[in-house]
Amino acid sequence: MAEVVKKSIDQATIEMIAKAKTDECNIVFDRAETTKACPIGAEGSCCSMCAMGPCRVPLPRGKEETPEDKKKRRGVCGATAETIAARNFVRKIAAGTAAHSDHGRRVVSAFLDLAKGKTPGYQIKDEQKLLQLALDMGIKIGDRSNEEIAIELGETLIREFGKQEGELAFLKRAPLKRQELWRKLGVAPRGIDREVVEAMHRTHMGVDQDYQSLLLQGSRTALADGWGGSMIATDLQDIMFGTPSPVASQINLGVLKEDEVNVIIHGHEPQLAEMLAVMSRDPEIVAYAKSKGAKGVNLAGMCCTANEVLMRHGIPIAGNFLQQELSIVTGALEAMVVDVQCIMQSLVSVAQCYHTKIITTDPRAKMEGAMHIEFDDHHAAEGAKAILRVAIDNFPNRKKNVYIPPQKTDLIAGFSHETINYLLGGLFRASYRPLNDNIINGRIRGVAGVVGCSNARVTHDEVQLTMVKELIKNDVLVLQTGCAAMASAKAGLMVPEAASQYAGEGLASVCEAVGIPPVLHMGACIDNSRILIAATAMVKDGGLGDDISDLPVAGAAPEWMSEKAIAIGQYFVASGVFTVFGVTWPTMGSKEVTNYMFKDFEKIYGGMWAFEPDPIKAAQLMIAHIDKKRKALGIDKSRERVLYDMTMRRQLEGA
Amino acid sequence: MSKIIASAAIRGAYKLVGQAEKKWQEAMDKWGAKEPVGFPNTAYYLPVIYGMLGLKVEKLGDMEAVLKRTKSLLPPPVKELHPLPYLAPALDAGMATFFAEEIIEAIRYLEQPDFYTKQEDITDNNIWLGAADDIILRKRGVEFVDGTATGFAAILGAAPTKEIAASIAQELQRKNIYVFMAGENEGKRFSEQLVEAGVQIGWPTRLVSFGPDVTAAVFAMGFATRVAMSFGGVQPGDYRKILIYNKDRTFAFAMPLGFVTDEWYANAAGAINWGFPTIADTPIPQVLPSGICTYEHVVSNIPHDKIVARAIEVRGLKVTVAEIPIPVAYGPAFEGERVRGDDIYLECGGGRTHMVEWVTSKRMEEVEDGKIEVIGPEITDVPIKSKLPMAITVQVAGRQMQEDYEPILERQIHHLINYAQGVMHIGQRDIAWIRISKQAVEKGFRIKHIGTILHAKLHQDFGRIFDKLQVTIYTEPEKVDEMVAKAREVYKVRDTRIEGMTDESTEMYYSCTLCQSFAPGHVCVISPERTGLCGSYNWMDCKASNEINPTGPNQPVPKGEVIDAKLGQWKGVNDFVFKASRGKVDHYNFYSVVTDPMTTCGCCECIAAVLPLSNGIMTVNREFASETPCGMKFTTLAGTIGGGLSSPGFVGHGKYNITQRKFLVGDGGLLRMVWMPKMLKEEIGARLKVRARELGVPNLLDMIADETVGSTEEAILPFLQEKGHPALTMPPILG
Repeated sequence: MAEVVKKSIDQATIEMIAKAKTDECNIVFDRAETTKACPIGAEGSCCSMCAMGPCRVPLPRGKEETPEDKKKRRGVCGATAETIAARNFVRKIAAGTAAHSDHGRRVVSAFLDLAKGKTPGYQIKDEQKLLQLALDMGIKIGDRSNEEIAIELGETLIREFGKQEGELAFLKRAPLKRQELWRKLGVAPRGIDREVVEAMHRTHMGVDQDYQSLLLQGSRTALADGWGGSMIATDLQDIMFGTPSPVASQINLGVLKEDEVNVIIHGHEPQLAEMLAVMSRDPEIVAYAKSKGAKGVNLAGMCCTANEVLMRHGIPIAGNFLQQELSIVTGALEAMVVDVQCIMQSLVSVAQCYHTKIITTDPRAKMEGAMHIEFDDHHAAEGAKAILRVAIDNFPNRKKNVYIPPQKTDLIAGFSHETINYLLGGLFRASYRPLNDNIINGRIRGVAGVVGCSNARVTHDEVQLTMVKELIKNDVLVLQTGCAAMASAKAGLMVPEAASQYAGEGLASVCEAVGIPPVLHMGACIDNSRILIAATAMVKDGGLGDDISDLPVAGAAPEWMSEKAIAIGQYFVASGVFTVFGVTWPTMGSKEVTNYMFKDFEKIYGGMWAFEPDPIKAAQLMIAHIDKKRKALGIDKSRERVLYDMTMRRQLEGA
Repeated sequence: MSKIIASAAIRGAYKLVGQAEKKWQEAMDKWGAKEPVGFPNTAYYLPVIYGMLGLKVEKLGDMEAVLKRTKSLLPPPVKELHPLPYLAPALDAGMATFFAEEIIEAIRYLEQPDFYTKQEDITDNNIWLGAADDIILRKRGVEFVDGTATGFAAILGAAPTKEIAASIAQELQRKNIYVFMAGENEGKRFSEQLVEAGVQIGWPTRLVSFGPDVTAAVFAMGFATRVAMSFGGVQPGDYRKILIYNKDRTFAFAMPLGFVTDEWYANAAGAINWGFPTIADTPIPQVLPSGICTYEHVVSNIPHDKIVARAIEVRGLKVTVAEIPIPVAYGPAFEGERVRGDDIYLECGGGRTHMVEWVTSKRMEEVEDGKIEVIGPEITDVPIKSKLPMAITVQVAGRQMQEDYEPILERQIHHLINYAQGVMHIGQRDIAWIRISKQAVEKGFRIKHIGTILHAKLHQDFGRIFDKLQVTIYTEPEKVDEMVAKAREVYKVRDTRIEGMTDESTEMYYSCTLCQSFAPGHVCVISPERTGLCGSYNWMDCKASNEINPTGPNQPVPKGEVIDAKLGQWKGVNDFVFKASRGKVDHYNFYSVVTDPMTTCGCCECIAAVLPLSNGIMTVNREFASETPCGMKFTTLAGTIGGGLSSPGFVGHGKYNITQRKFLVGDGGLLRMVWMPKMLKEEIGARLKVRARELGVPNLLDMIADETVGSTEEAILPFLQEKGHPALTMPPILG
């Protein structure tokens, strides 16, 4: 058990790792031991862009590099270590952006189908957001029907992907100063697909070979994710499935039920999950489950699909990225339904140790050995039912080795930007003012976004949990998305009572006043765009500078693993946020590039990267940055209470 | 919001909403949907509902939609373990509470029409005043605007003893804060405690006993909501602006005394929407982070001797109270207090004896600063219920002092003396009248203290225009008569000089943006022949005020090039107005109601309106509550044109302005006047006759219709025709 403990700090995970061993089932934690990370690839020093290579240009280990050595560090084509590191980095951004944006594109087409009445299973759930977004996009409302408006909105947004000129429409949501900076730097994205394509082109053999120039395109591509594909996805998902509002639920493998048909939805896109959520309660399906000896169908989520249906419906979460195999290891999972992103191919082999059906549903993501039931939005209800029937049929096939760990933790989720705005003042006084006020008065020191994945190269959940606890102890309000959010939720940080237990006195007093946890769950990784909007709302509410880079905020992805995390990090940095990554850093092969991103970026964007695997040190870096911003804003010292007399009231700006 | 507070507030909201629904259902059964409901004499319907939702509740049936909306605001109860965020739901529940309370109170007006006195004062057998009508709102609102009132305390419940109640009330009065009272604690009520302690309550002393039940607290919110709509020019239904306006400008707070019930919590939560925090004397949970309110939201367990000071700090209010070394309490709240028959110790003037007040400037060496002399008997020399003649003479000297400032200083004497508790003062010059109560005398108040007050306060408020001041008070008949004669000579000279000032001969006008604390877009510009529309400031006052405070609300405005001599428009004035209105208004005319008239803040004394049928104009004063021939009551008019708008066809003006030579001369002047309320005719009749004679129509006053003739244009026209009113033969008023 001792070495198992080092793999995770989550008790359910620890127990399931042990069970997998007993069941002789090979899982990610085993492979992380047997398969070492390639040290040259890890530092971005391997170039496989052409068939003259792959060329390895690693930094010499254990000694200082001389200028002569440095000159020799080139690929066959002459590409320097700088170019190679930057190209590899930009390609990760392109891949991450492509992932989020392709998700976004799928959402827009589902939205258009819905608006045209082609997908009978779905409706417009948030009319207000539809109209607001239409207004933002300059779409006429008048007395047009919601469907008409939605069609025009969908058609406008789908063009954002293929747009060749101009700039993305959502850039206008950013603070004015930030927009001007992007234009000045030439990083305002023109069209989402165009930036990804151009990034791939410029990183092709023998094209852009100036790391600074490459990284500018990296920013432009990442911005097309955060202020483009991701933001479009979040907004339209909210309109179709409802803007999240506070909801109570539970998390961890203990949400699986011994006496029900357990179905896990895993992946990223919510359309299917939404329909499964509805159909799992369908009387016909429940009756069918009962006919097979189960009490009903228990739906639980995994990864970001889990976050989507948690945020909107309170559907419990079985676990984060590194727990996907473990849910099968319980022996109690009838089916795992997957769509896109972060699906381990090993699910199929793990499932073979038990009775679980792995069902792929997306034409873009098939797996050898899995069952494929393609999900079609146009026949969503039927599709969902067919999937559930497969799971129910599988219930009698459970083997003897069933053990569901008891761990499940309560959490409150559903903190969308709109909800935070409401929660801080009620229907009649909704605004970010109380947040800004309490930042200015120092009860809240700053705000940190702690996002990202789980990574088997570090102790599961430990890094993010340690960081988050350190931040809230120091009065930093933490916003979370993705698998990182789940680590905090499992540890009980996402209930309001956590404030008095873990948070500093100032932050705790604000949480107590509003009735919120010190760590707020804002959704899936695609919903990091919510954090951008929240940061902009803070700027617009006043008193904290006039750009995101003036805010006392910081970002982190302490257990990151996917290329999406790099894209997210880069759009945060390019939006002015100091962002710290843990685990490993993919440009270490070039000191120059790394230095440029860690230091010079600050002068360019106001935000920059940092790498710090130690969570306490990383948290302290974030706090130091927050304090630096507080000082620049002049809110580092406690200020005298201002008492108003008539003259001062007269000088107030008009209401 | 702590969980305990939110849970309680939501429970309280459910109770009150349930009560409102029940009352409404009963009333519907009894009276039917068409039965009119509302608070007395207001153009703002049920003001919180009107302000927040934009819904006009005029009949019982109108309440159905409000109740539906109210219920939709009620959140689920707060869970004990792992509650969902509760601040916002509790604030919404608090809002629902106020809607419910307005419904309950409106139905009370229907069921028990005489439950409240419906006036400024309490009566012998009823101390409950009920909702402030619009006359009270405007009259008192002006005090909020000009700063004589700094805010209000909404007190729920009762103090442990009547003495503590009286001391809290007096401290609030001394700090210029209105006290709005409702609700009970353990069978006791703050208002009743004050009466028992012998304190005068009612609007005049700023101790407002709204009602016996907690639901009467909504009258305080209705007052605040109307301030935003009437003075701030915020539109009904623009809830966010109304609430933020109050957060920034109405310095109010809630002060629950005694056990805080669920219903109280619900009211407190509601008040937070307006930015009004709660300061309690019991150990309820605190909510210290700021955000909805400017500073803390709930502060608790404050001892009674510190509660007022703490409340003021929490609300972010700066109150500067000058300590006047006299043995009675002192402040604007005591201005409205009366000294009645049995309580009088000494009475001077008022037709019973001679009395005069006279300020005169002297050379520096002739004045000994701070010297106060009483020549003749002191109060201790005469028995109770005495009458004495009195001459209050004030001599001032200083490099900045000008003769023109004498009347300004002299006019202060009235309110400065009145501010002393137990002293009542009426009138000015040689028609002054003073009563000193036996309670004041028991506390040690003497005639010489009148001098103490004048020396301290005039120095404090006008110190920049003089250096030295002494007061001599005569109470010997001969000396008094001598002073009366001298003073009358001076009055005559002064009046002639002021009369002689014309707009044409004056290059420098003065702005007045005193009201911008409440009406941010409004700018008055005051010329010698157009006094301020609030009646408080004439050209000379502004000049002095500017001298005293060069960066204050009265700024010199060089009138500049004449744009239109007839309508009264100047380039310099326009430029100033554009800037000072923050770009909202770029020009206006001084002498016209028809063409781009001057803007109005909402605190004007009168509103003139064009009456096309009679080819004339009418004007109505604030105190007149009934319909007028233009189809609107004063309050509706003020609501329509207030808030810094220029509204052709309507203009706000001072009472005095009616008899000034430039009064609406651009449209034909005073001869256009076809209708005025009778009370206004009586008030300004003497001056109007003089002016009418000048205009060659000596019997003009008799030709002007009033409400006894009619309250519609059609009704007064025959009267005007019969009298041969000059307006009928003047050129068409509308182009």
